[in-house]
Amino acid sequence: MRILYFAWVRERIGKTDEVLDPPAGIKTVGDLVTWLAGRGEEYAHAFENPKIIRAAIDRVHVRPEAVIAGANEIAFFPPMTGG
Amino acid sequence: MAAGTETRITIRLQREDFDAAAEAAKLTQGRTDVGALVTFTGICRGAEDGAPIAALTLEHYPDMAEAEIARHVEEACRRWPLFGVTVIHRFGRIPPGENIVLVVATSSHRQAAFAAAEFLMDYLKTRAPFWKQVESASGAQWVAAQDADDAAAARWRAPGENKDV
Repeated sequence: MRILYFAWVRERIGKTDEVLDPPAGIKTVGDLVTWLAGRGEEYAHAFENPKIIRAAIDRVHVRPEAVIAGANEIAFFPPMTGG
Repeated sequence: MAAGTETRITIRLQREDFDAAAEAAKLTQGRTDVGALVTFTGICRGAEDGAPIAALTLEHYPDMAEAEIARHVEEACRRWPLFGVTVIHRFGRIPPGENIVLVVATSSHRQAAFAAAEFLMDYLKTRAPFWKQVESASGAQWVAAQDADDAAAARWRAPGENKDV
């Protein structure tokens, strides 16, 4: 699946997107955050406060409990500040 | 449907500036059913917390932003009897004094037009995937989300609707 990062999440990880194949035990968005945070210092820094990280599956806002099976595109980003 | 009575919906994400008056005029041109037109323009301030800024840079998630705004425009059209809605949101670098965002809503009466414009702005602030970065003498800094904006958006939720999604 394609994982996208925006704003300071993108800056901390140092990439805009990547294609990853998480292990079978990673079922939810919350699991994915935990797994990503273990991939290195830059990921740990980006996800150091998981409560404030927002996520979208296939361009729709989701909660950490959302199941990732079948997702094409999962995005992680800080709280939005548009308008 | 008689000519000129269709609901006019425009959603645009763009780097370039817009002309708020010209966009508003498109919603009344050639029709006489509109009795109220509300226009809101968000403009880049020259100072944040008393400190001058050089510019704002807006990052966005293009496909999601368009879909998310469209969903909220549809929601506004379900809640209020609107004749037209225009939402234009800029991205990229925006210097002080320039426009950031435009919301225009038209209806027969003012209540619906005011409410729809405010609803859309409250949601754009908290749910549309845009992120502002302030450029100033002390460097570039991401704008923190405001609790007041979340509270403003929460006013529009139906009772029991989940606040976290």
